[in-house]
Amino acid sequence: MSVASELARARAIAWKDLTAERRTKANFNAVLFFAALVLLLFGFALGPDNDALRGAAAGVLWLTVLFGGVLSFNRSYEMELEGGALEALLLYPGDRRALFLGKLLANLAFLLLVELVLVPLAAVLYDLPLFRPGPGLFGVIILGTLGFVTLGTFYAAMASRARAREVLLPLLLFPMLVPLLLAAVEATKALLARDLMGDAGSWIRLLVVFDVIFLVASFFAFEYVIEE
Amino acid sequence: MGTGFDAARVLRPRGLQFFGWFALLFFLASQAGGLLLTPPDRDMGHLQKIMYVHVPSAWMSLLAYAIVFGFGVMFLWKRDLKWDLMAAATAEAGIVFTGLALLTGSIWGRPTWGIWWTWDARLTSEAVLFIMYAGYLALRAMTDDEMRRARWSAAIAALGFLNTYIVYMSVRWWRTLHQIQSSPSTVDPQYVLFLRLNAFAFLFILIWFAASRYRVARLTRDIEESVEERALRPQTEGVHV
Repeated sequence: MSVASELARARAIAWKDLTAERRTKANFNAVLFFAALVLLLFGFALGPDNDALRGAAAGVLWLTVLFGGVLSFNRSYEMELEGGALEALLLYPGDRRALFLGKLLANLAFLLLVELVLVPLAAVLYDLPLFRPGPGLFGVIILGTLGFVTLGTFYAAMASRARAREVLLPLLLFPMLVPLLLAAVEATKALLARDLMGDAGSWIRLLVVFDVIFLVASFFAFEYVIEE
Repeated sequence: MGTGFDAARVLRPRGLQFFGWFALLFFLASQAGGLLLTPPDRDMGHLQKIMYVHVPSAWMSLLAYAIVFGFGVMFLWKRDLKWDLMAAATAEAGIVFTGLALLTGSIWGRPTWGIWWTWDARLTSEAVLFIMYAGYLALRAMTDDEMRRARWSAAIAALGFLNTYIVYMSVRWWRTLHQIQSSPSTVDPQYVLFLRLNAFAFLFILIWFAASRYRVARLTRDIEESVEERALRPQTEGVHV
């Protein structure tokens, strides 16, 4: 199988997942409203002082993304398990890593769409200068989301087929995300404050390194996770 | 399995028993030496003695995770469940040392820094390591198929092992408030001998714990298999249930 045909398979799987989601929108709506609720609850817990809220906003935003996102990863495999479709997918010829790549792309698109609503909402609720940082902030959001979705897709392949999957996934996933959370929050914080200290760059580099390492590692380890 | 089951040998394995006593005595001797034969620290006084528990525990917590990773790789290579059971046994022993390192670190930090907890790189990555051990063991408990469990555990240990250093470095960039890493060159030579002896003592205890847990895991698995075998054996004399 050539690389091109594997990519075509990955794209087909991603497209299938996104089509299923587009037709029901059940998961999208649930995750989005849950995330909005978390933003509100953090506001109640930390507010109402505007300065305090603005100071905590970068951390709150990323935790909200983590809490919302973790709910959607298991779903991406449960969908297959309910109809016994995972076995069928595994029987198709070709590399199984295309399945991982496809799920990853679908989850990435899904979560970026959620963030498209969530980030402006956070900007309104926490009084953030969303357009001042420019394209750098969007880069940080995409890099952070990519790393999160990579590991989320990887661990959900196991957690969704184990018992107590609702609590198992965050227990496995979140400790792995500590470097990503630190880098994403610090970079976001720096960019929102016009990056006066000039330290956003090194955190963005850490994000890139983290993404590359775990994209490669989970891409190769996926074979052992999915094989039956 | 089955026919050649020697209860006396399995229930009282001489080698393991002997090694256990050796590890215990070595541990007691090294601890006693550290407590009684070294002078109290100039600044910290006798408080410094907790080093003989804290430092070796922290070393063992990392070493055990590396061993879990190594056994996981061996399983994926050889496909023998023996390696998976050994990895699990080491993880069970490893989480004990991780907890001990956290606990003793906290007890030491209170009188020294005036706080129970600080967001320093080594302390925080030790806490993350603790949760990673817990996640590893939780996944094992929540999976029934043993081949699947073995493959998944190996994958988790591999990614986790990769992450330990990244966690440590990222927290270090984030904030640093710890004293410089102790190495034999920054520790007064009179402490070095007993720190080393205690490191070996903890290593022996780690091996003994892991070996004992491995033995229990093997026995449990043998019993489960023989029960299964008996249940599946065809009924003779045309007995119908």
